[in-house]
Amino acid sequence: MTAELVRGQNHPLPGTRLEIRVSAGEPVLAGATLNDEHGLMRDAGWIAHPAEPHIHGIEVSRQAAADHRLAVDLDALPDAVHRVNVLLALPAGVGGPSGFGDFAPPFAAVTGLDGTEIARFTLTGLHAESAVIALELYRRQGAWKVRAVGQGYAGGLAALLHDQGLPEAQQLADTINEAVAAGLARSVAPPPPATRGARQPAAQTGAAARPVPSGTPDPAGGGGPVNYQHPGRRSSAPTGPDAPAPGAPVPPTGPAPPGVGQPADAPPVPVAGDAAGWSQDERLYNQIWGMFEDLARTVAAYRSAVDFADSRREQELDKVLSDPRARIGPAADAARDEARAKHTRLVDQAGAVLERDLDQLVAESEVVEPALPPAFARWDNPVWQAYEVPMEVPMALRLGDLTLPERADLRIPMLVRLPLDRGLWIDSGNSGAGAASVSSDELRRLAVEASVAIAARLVAVYPVDCFTLHVIDPAGSAAASLVPLLESGALREPPAVGAAGVARTLERLTQRVDLVQMAMRSGATGALPPELDTAEQLLVVHDFPHGFDDRAVTQLRYLADEGPAVGVNLLMVADRDEARSYGPVLDPLWRALLRVTPVPDDHLADPWVGHAWTYEPPLVPAGSQVVPQVLRQVATARRAYGR
Amino acid sequence: MTVNMSKGQAISLQKSDGGTLTAVRMGLGWQAAPRRGLFGKRTKEIDLDASAVLFADKQPVDVVFFRHLVSDDGSVRHTGDNLVGGAGQGGDDEAVMVDLQRVPVHIDQIVFTVNSFTGQTFAEVENAFCRLIDETNGQEMARYTLTGGGQYTAQIMAKVHRQGNGWQMTAIGEPANGRTFQDLMPTIVPFL
Repeated sequence: MTAELVRGQNHPLPGTRLEIRVSAGEPVLAGATLNDEHGLMRDAGWIAHPAEPHIHGIEVSRQAAADHRLAVDLDALPDAVHRVNVLLALPAGVGGPSGFGDFAPPFAAVTGLDGTEIARFTLTGLHAESAVIALELYRRQGAWKVRAVGQGYAGGLAALLHDQGLPEAQQLADTINEAVAAGLARSVAPPPPATRGARQPAAQTGAAARPVPSGTPDPAGGGGPVNYQHPGRRSSAPTGPDAPAPGAPVPPTGPAPPGVGQPADAPPVPVAGDAAGWSQDERLYNQIWGMFEDLARTVAAYRSAVDFADSRREQELDKVLSDPRARIGPAADAARDEARAKHTRLVDQAGAVLERDLDQLVAESEVVEPALPPAFARWDNPVWQAYEVPMEVPMALRLGDLTLPERADLRIPMLVRLPLDRGLWIDSGNSGAGAASVSSDELRRLAVEASVAIAARLVAVYPVDCFTLHVIDPAGSAAASLVPLLESGALREPPAVGAAGVARTLERLTQRVDLVQMAMRSGATGALPPELDTAEQLLVVHDFPHGFDDRAVTQLRYLADEGPAVGVNLLMVADRDEARSYGPVLDPLWRALLRVTPVPDDHLADPWVGHAWTYEPPLVPAGSQVVPQVLRQVATARRAYGR
Repeated sequence: MTVNMSKGQAISLQKSDGGTLTAVRMGLGWQAAPRRGLFGKRTKEIDLDASAVLFADKQPVDVVFFRHLVSDDGSVRHTGDNLVGGAGQGGDDEAVMVDLQRVPVHIDQIVFTVNSFTGQTFAEVENAFCRLIDETNGQEMARYTLTGGGQYTAQIMAKVHRQGNGWQMTAIGEPANGRTFQDLMPTIVPFL
């Protein structure tokens, strides 16, 4: 069975004589460098390249080609070699593509001598890089493993070699390129450089101006500094700040590279995106749901064990008491001690198992969090600093964090699918347990803040022109918090004020829902008026029920019921108590919305065992400018699109 | 290597290399017996159900069956209800997977049962078997044949219980009557 590797993943190698097959859409040159235990090349002889195709243990092709077979005999390598890097580079100066982003992603596969594939890796997410380390084979406790690397270098071969500590990197890169050019001159005539040259800059500027899909911000494409740091080399080169560089698409897999010092029976080192799915986002989404379920079940196991231990102890103590003859005396004391000891033993055992499972989940969370795309990430994740307006709607949005009291620092992202299938209700009333310690004014302020944070998130993760925000703020109480949304233009028109504004906005949205529903029922979506905004709509309602008459309330209920199916959703910031005068008429409205709280509160249940999870809203860290910054980007992109 | 178990026989779930098992599966397969008489080719559908009851100190604390497919702790999973059977010859129609490492510490016995939900007796079932498989390598460790079970609608198949640090399996093979596992509780208790 072939293992399909994702970036950073490793796989054991069954033998030492291997073949590495590389396939690319364009001629590329392939080589292999040898590293010692510090990840450095000892000298210029530790590389197999087209000008020097044979070194002891490795053989590469003499020329650039779309397909390569590298022969590797790991046993024949010098003992000092701890790592073999398989590198690909685009031949320079022959008029080919200038970056790996210009053609279909190449892939590399490790096969045995009989041709059976052991592992394969597709090098996606490359842009302007012209050299890349595809795979590395590394020694781990006497055995060899392969790891998918995919680290690109916009500076080309010279930068790649320089990163491995070779002083004469530029010189060697020139030698290699010359040899390749000579080889190409021998084989096929290079395509006419003029047309290529004319097309390339266009393609490049296009790539720079086009908003790149958010998940893979490319530091090299924007001309910024390239992160040369090897994803797995953090421990030996602690240069950067502790947070991963914003552009690094691969999270560092913890302080030690996977597999270091792992006893054979230890749990595997977690890898981000280690789940099924067609895209990295989907894999991460599934992984997060897997973690959610595992945490729910692990805690369920612990709680049921403790409950059982408690009830057994009570029973046993009762039994001692129920027999009048044995109620006092040394025998009774011994029985009581025994019951308590049994209880302690079982609880300790359950605690140890819980600890083991939680540690594993924490380790997984530490790997997954930095790898998340903006839509799944917290505001303090560096990925938001590198935010660019996405090209497509992400599959889900992080609406906050979920925790269980057993390990409050293990925060599971609460992901909801997009487009939203029900509206949201940010409860500004102090009915929840978590709200008791906060004054009601503060609660109101936090609720407004949470609504802005969620609305900004939604605006940011949708592509330009696919999301429209409306705000009803009849008494103007949220005006101050809405400033960033208004200033950046994320909110196209000022919030509707007063009863008239409420009526107007609701009327418009109700009409839209009616129209789209009619069109969909009769299958005549083409007949919709051209000025109809087809984007997803979110109506943020503040101050409910202030400014609402009966008709407006009815319309609101209609929107909550019928809106989600046609892309109109509600985000209510409301205190249910204030609308009590309407009586049970509003109960269906509250039930139709997903209730979240502005302060941590344990009111959400998971679908498996129904624990009460503490929900924490996605509030922006104090003093952070990330929201205005992101919204400015959105506004710039909108202007670029002329909207 | 498969052990054909007989009633009351116990086998330790230690691997031959000394390591303990981490995951086992109880598989259940059957075929409906062909009907005699007119339209004899038509087979009557039989719905057998596999269930697993989790005990802590002889008290049932959780059960995995067709209406509760995963135990709350996630360690025991049912593959889902099969209403007609059919594979019978080697393939499992229903299976219960047990991740022994994840079983909560207070659970010390897991009892596997089979019921005929549609009420036919085992005399009408063909090629029915229950087997225990090592999930990690797919090897069958034990097999119990139901066929010819007589006028019973249920059977308590086997139990997996803690033994020292590992687990052991004991074949029970006790016939009983009942539509779901709840009806079997009185019969199960003496075997705990």
